[in-house]
Amino acid sequence: MKTAVTGPLAPGIPQRSTAALVTLFLCPGLLIYTVFMVWPVAQAAMFSFFDWNGFGWPTDFTGFRNFVSVLNDPLFWKAFGNNLYLIVFMMATVVPVALGLSVVIARRIPFAITFRLIFFLPYVLADLTAGLIWRYLLDGDYGMLSEISLFGLDEAYVLANPQLALTAVAVVMVWKSFGFHLILFVAGLQQIDHSLYEAAEIDGAGPFQKLTRITIPLLAPTIALSGFFVVISSIQAFDMIMAMTTGGPSRSTSTMVHYLYADGIASMRIGFGSAIGVVIFFITLAFSATYRKLSGRYA
Amino acid sequence: MPEGNPITVRDSAAAGRAPGRRVDVGRVLVYAVLSVFALVVLVPLVATVLGGFKTLGDLRVNPLGLPSTWVWSNYGDILLSADYWVMLRNSLVVAFLAVVFTILVASMAAFAFSQLRFFGSKFLLGYVVMGLMFPTATAILPLFILIRDLGLMDSHIGLVLPKVAGGISVAVVLFANYFRNLPGELFDAAFVDGCGYFRFYWEIVLPLSGPIIATVAIINFVASWNTYFLPMVLLSTPELFTWPLGLMDYTDERGSDWQMICAFVTLTMLPMIVVFLAAQRHVISGLTSGAVKS
Repeated sequence: MKTAVTGPLAPGIPQRSTAALVTLFLCPGLLIYTVFMVWPVAQAAMFSFFDWNGFGWPTDFTGFRNFVSVLNDPLFWKAFGNNLYLIVFMMATVVPVALGLSVVIARRIPFAITFRLIFFLPYVLADLTAGLIWRYLLDGDYGMLSEISLFGLDEAYVLANPQLALTAVAVVMVWKSFGFHLILFVAGLQQIDHSLYEAAEIDGAGPFQKLTRITIPLLAPTIALSGFFVVISSIQAFDMIMAMTTGGPSRSTSTMVHYLYADGIASMRIGFGSAIGVVIFFITLAFSATYRKLSGRYA
Repeated sequence: MPEGNPITVRDSAAAGRAPGRRVDVGRVLVYAVLSVFALVVLVPLVATVLGGFKTLGDLRVNPLGLPSTWVWSNYGDILLSADYWVMLRNSLVVAFLAVVFTILVASMAAFAFSQLRFFGSKFLLGYVVMGLMFPTATAILPLFILIRDLGLMDSHIGLVLPKVAGGISVAVVLFANYFRNLPGELFDAAFVDGCGYFRFYWEIVLPLSGPIIATVAIINFVASWNTYFLPMVLLSTPELFTWPLGLMDYTDERGSDWQMICAFVTLTMLPMIVVFLAAQRHVISGLTSGAVKS
C-alpha cells in the first residue's frame, strides 16, 4: 500500500486501491461463509422440492409434496409438540430460577463468585456429556434412582417411561443452562440504577415491592432475551436427546431436529430431510421475529 | 464447598443496614438456597467421577456414596488406551483450526466493515449477520452432499470449514463492534507514519484486540470442542473421530458397564473443566457476551 493517506476513512483514497483492499480483507471470510453456510441453506430450499436419495443429481421434481408429507406426518407433530413442551417447561423453570438466584448473587455477598462459577459449570459441558451423566443417574438399575428401590418402591426407569422421559430431558436442559441465564440476569441487574431502590426505600417500599415494581419491569428486556435463548436452544435440542434416549421410547422424546435426523438423514431422504430443515428454519425465524418485536417494544 | 460456616461470621457488612437478627435469618436462607442449587449441580458430576472408581456391583448398591474400594483400573485402562488420546488430539486439532481460521477471516472482514468505506458495505454486513438465523439442522443435509462432492468427506478439514462458516457471523459482529471503538488517533498516527492498511491491521489492530480475540476464541473453542451433530454426519473412520463420537461409540459398546462409562465421561469432560477453571471469568463473560451481542 504505497498510497499516501491521512486517515482510514480519508476521502482521498484512490478508489482502485480501496477496492483491492476490501476484496483482500473480505474475500476469505465471505467465501467460506457463502460456500459452507449460505449455499447449503439455499440448497436445502432447493432440495426440498425434489425426491432425491443423494446420488447423481436431483431430477425428480415433486413441488411441495415433501412439505405436504412433513406436515401430514404425525411424527413431525409429535416432535413439534415435544419442542413446545420443552420451551414451556424451560420458560416456567429456568427464567424464574435464574432471575431469583441472580437477585441474590448480584448482591456481592461472600462466595457469590464461587456460586456463580458452580452454577455456570454445566453450561460449558457438552450436551452429550450432560445427557450421558443423567442417563446414568436416572438408570433404574445403577443410578441414583436405584436407591429408591432400597426403600421398597419399584425401581424407577424414568427414561424408559414415555410419560416421564421428556420431562427428564427438560430437567437436564434446565440443569445445564440455568447458570447461563443467571449470568444474563446478573448483567441485566447491573444496568439498573441503584438510586431507584434508594428512592423506593425512602417511599417505604418493601423488598417484595422493590422486586415487582422495579427489578422485574426493568429486567423485561433481559427476560425477553432469556426467553429467546430458551426457545432457540429448545428448538435445536438434539445432542442431549441422542445421549439420553435417542428419541425414544416410541418417539416420546423426539424433537424436530431428531426427526430430521431419524427420518431424513438416517434414511438418506435428502429432499424430505431438507424440507424438514426448511420448516425448522421458518419456525426459528418466526420466533426470532417475535422476539425482535418484543424486545423492540422494551428497548 | 462453601456451605454454612461463614454465615454468622461474615455479616458485618450487612449489619449496618438492618437489625442484626433479621439479616442473620435472611443470610442463612440465602446460603441455604444457593447451597441447594450448588448441590444439584455438583452431585451429578461428583457421582459420575466417583462412579468411575467403583466396580459395577458397588455402583449398583451404592450409586451416590464413596467407592467401597477404590478401583483405579477403570481410569487406568482408558488412559492407557491409544484411542482416548487419539480422540482428544482429533478434537484439539479441529477446535484449534476452527478457532484460528475464524479469528483470522472474521477479524479481517470486520476490519474492512469498520475501517474501510466501500460500496455495498451495509448490504454485505447484513448478509454476514443473516447467518445468525441459520440453524445448523437446516444446512446439515446439503453440507453432507457438498463435503462429499468436494472430496472432503471423512477429513478434519471438511469438518473445520463448516464450523468456521457457522462461527463467522457472531465473530464479525463482535470484532466490528470492538474495532469501531478503537481510538481514531491511532489510525491517524499510523497513516501519517506511512503505515499501510495491511500492516496496520496486522501490527496495530490485532495486537490491541486481545480481549475480543479471547472472547471469539472461547466461543468457537467451546462450540467446536463440544460439537456432535456435524462430525457424526461427516466422519466415519474411527481414527478420525472427535471425542463426542468416541464417547457415543464407547457408550454403545459398553452397554450398561456404567462404571466404565462414568470413567470415560469424566475423562472427556475433564479438559473442558480445566479450561473453564483456568479462565473462568473469560469463559463466563465470553460465552454470555457472545450470545448477547449477536
